[in-house]
Amino acid sequence: MKFTVKAWSNGRARAGVLQLGSCPGPIETPSLLISTRKGLPFFIPPDLLPSLPSPDSHLLQVCPLHFAEGISPKAISSIGGLHHMLGLHDYGLAAVARDSIQCLPECNSTNKLGASFETPCGRLLIKPADYMEMICSLRPNIWATLADEVPSWVADKRNKTSVDRSVRWLDECIALGPAGGAVFGAIVGGSSMEERQRCAQEVARRNVSGFWIGGFGLGENMDERPALLNSVTDILPKEKPRLICGLGLPEEVLQGVASGVDLFDSVYICHLTLRGFALTFPLDGIGVNESDCQLGDNGSDRTKINLRATVYRKDTSPIIKSCGCYTCQNHTRAYINHLLNVHEMLAQILLEIHNTHHYLGFFRAIREAVKAGRFEQFRQQFVKSRRDHLAMAAVAHA
Amino acid sequence: MSDWAAYGTLEFLDERGSLSGISAVLTPRETKLLNGASFRGTIKGLATNQLEEIGCQIILGNTYHLALRPTSELIDEMGGLHKFMNWPRALLTDSGGFQMVSLLHLADITEKGVTFQSPVDGKPMLLTPEESIQIQNRIGADIIMALDDVVKTTITGPRIEEAMYRTLRWMDRCIAAHQRPHEQNLFGIVQGGLDPVLSYAIGGLAGGESKDSFWRVVAQCTAALPEDKPRYVMGVGYPLDIVVCSALGADMYDCVYPTRTARFGTALVPEGVLKLKHKAMADDTRPIDPTCACMGVLKLKHKAMADDTRPIDPTCACMVCRNYTRAYIHCLVTKDAMGSQLLSYHNLYYMMKIVILAYWLIMSSRNHYDPEFGISCVNHQDINRHGLVCDTYSRLSSLCLKRLVVLQILYFPKGDVPEWVCNAMEVAGIDISSCCAPLSLSQD
Ligand SMILES: [Zn+2]
Ligand SMILES: [Zn+2]
Repeated sequence: MKFTVKAWSNGRARAGVLQLGSCPGPIETPSLLISTRKGLPFFIPPDLLPSLPSPDSHLLQVCPLHFAEGISPKAISSIGGLHHMLGLHDYGLAAVARDSIQCLPECNSTNKLGASFETPCGRLLIKPADYMEMICSLRPNIWATLADEVPSWVADKRNKTSVDRSVRWLDECIALGPAGGAVFGAIVGGSSMEERQRCAQEVARRNVSGFWIGGFGLGENMDERPALLNSVTDILPKEKPRLICGLGLPEEVLQGVASGVDLFDSVYICHLTLRGFALTFPLDGIGVNESDCQLGDNGSDRTKINLRATVYRKDTSPIIKSCGCYTCQNHTRAYINHLLNVHEMLAQILLEIHNTHHYLGFFRAIREAVKAGRFEQFRQQFVKSRRDHLAMAAVAHA
Repeated sequence: MSDWAAYGTLEFLDERGSLSGISAVLTPRETKLLNGASFRGTIKGLATNQLEEIGCQIILGNTYHLALRPTSELIDEMGGLHKFMNWPRALLTDSGGFQMVSLLHLADITEKGVTFQSPVDGKPMLLTPEESIQIQNRIGADIIMALDDVVKTTITGPRIEEAMYRTLRWMDRCIAAHQRPHEQNLFGIVQGGLDPVLSYAIGGLAGGESKDSFWRVVAQCTAALPEDKPRYVMGVGYPLDIVVCSALGADMYDCVYPTRTARFGTALVPEGVLKLKHKAMADDTRPIDPTCACMGVLKLKHKAMADDTRPIDPTCACMVCRNYTRAYIHCLVTKDAMGSQLLSYHNLYYMMKIVILAYWLIMSSRNHYDPEFGISCVNHQDINRHGLVCDTYSRLSSLCLKRLVVLQILYFPKGDVPEWVCNAMEVAGIDISSCCAPLSLSQD
């Protein structure tokens, strides 16, 4: 793995280039990691993945815990690791202990031996040795060390324990770890500025290729987040990449970018897709989107539309007229509305394609703003425009 | 015979009637109706260009379900079903009658039509032959079906005769009601249970009948029907049944089998049954019951699959078998959406292969084609589109080709071909004696 920062904007926001052996070309950051279930996107079939913009779409996040049941580390090893098992030879795969959807940290059951997670296969206690066995068999391009993540409301003492454990497990993971694969040291510390800084300092001292910032999206207040984020990124060496999990909404991504985070996971796309929503916000951050939402679409706020709404029953336009994604090039809102009505999985396939495509476009717009040195302006315009739309929608539906 | 080509196809509306739930329509013969159109469409959990890869030609839309949602009026307003689902290739709709009788217990059939309880408000509704055609005219498929008087194949006596004559009277009413005869081809339905005197039951074979009476009925129908019109055997789902029906001169089939079975974690393979969730079956890829017509099934739910690093079918060239192991698919099936997507893909691909192999079997056997000549004369574009045939067989010597084709289709390694298959093949004039003896085939 090779990472280079190319441009800075408004202090902390930065644009960079990430090079991974398996990717077809350098991936520009800030970048989106596509969420997966057992290594493949939730619905987008592997042969449709190449229809997404390349190389932007070539970073996937994989949760090793998804393989806790159904397939053994031995079998994964004999297949040749994740890339072979998934048939994704020219993709960059980043392993993080939790996803932000189904496998979440359960800090009350975590103990000195290992971290506890709530997963679809029940509650699992994962020790560093278990975790590293998974990582060694998966052979991802990037892997984050095991952490004791706690929600924002825990007492100071628990927070301190979480940092101590995470740093100790980091050392254990590296000691047990494979030669290949870039190690991202996990940084935790909940909502305590001091603990965050202590953890960042400890991890920055270790021999790691990058940093995984954990403990966000776990109940903290959106207003207190920037200060916490900044306290971490200010300590971290500038030349190494930072990956964060749990920030999904566009506004949250913008918060992360503003603090100097380079890589993000994408729970938002999954949530929208499962609820029948399609992203329609303008990608230039300003102006009214051409894809005006229809009156009667109660879920719409002009940044997304609810394709279940009956107003789309006879709507023969694509989700967004100018969108180049497979879905918009081939299917109408009316058809997707029908597929949703009859509970047909193709609806989710088409929506996940469009939403992923659109969100990758959002990240491209962010990069362009950073490179042009006007990230803060872009961010404010975007947030204001979306807030106006959300407010207007709230009034319209009142 | 020169216009015969290997065309297979797809799927249909599922029991809930979504556009992309589907059942396969497979045709080993190119017909005017199924010719030409370029690609795009959808099947249960599969997107248009995946269907293109698989080689699907025609989609069967379910009239009863489409009429409920999104309604035939809406489809009409959207410019027809092709446009609505963005499928420029062939489409076919059924009459809607079969679903009413099979899904709704209270259906009552009189000379006027089929009376049933509306699933929306429970009120009695009447579907007449005229209405069925009107609805299908609005949906706009390339092939539409006449309403038939459906009777269970297990029923005997005067009711069968009544159904046959009523179906004929209704067909006349359908022809008279047909508003778009130049754009849509109306298929008649041959109905009449399993009584060999009345026969012609291509439309009534919904299960229950024995395999032996089943093939005899198909043989009688195909023998009596004009050569130049395609014959569609409705509701035939299993690979072996399709091979036998093709040999007997049928051209089109539909089935929900490949995708439905995929949802339960079962893969279709040439040599056995693979259910990936069950433990006791371990590495055993033999059929559960060698006489069972569901030959070639791999149950990917099976626990032993967790360590099986082979592809689902090592001889298969599909996207799934090129990229994924049984172990990986085992951990997806019945839990994750992707599991049924990948298995559906393979299963449909497999069905396409069956149809192509059936075509070769017929060509090489019935026309006494030299197998080598057979390869060169088959339109190369077709074969390449189905890549699999080239991939699988180009390396094999032409001498063993025919034998292999037969073996691939009728996989009975111990030579224990069921009697009904032997009988059907004899009537079809296809010599399968070479596969009726145990054989070990070594591939290079
Ligand atoms: Zn789109
Ligand atoms: Zn396959």
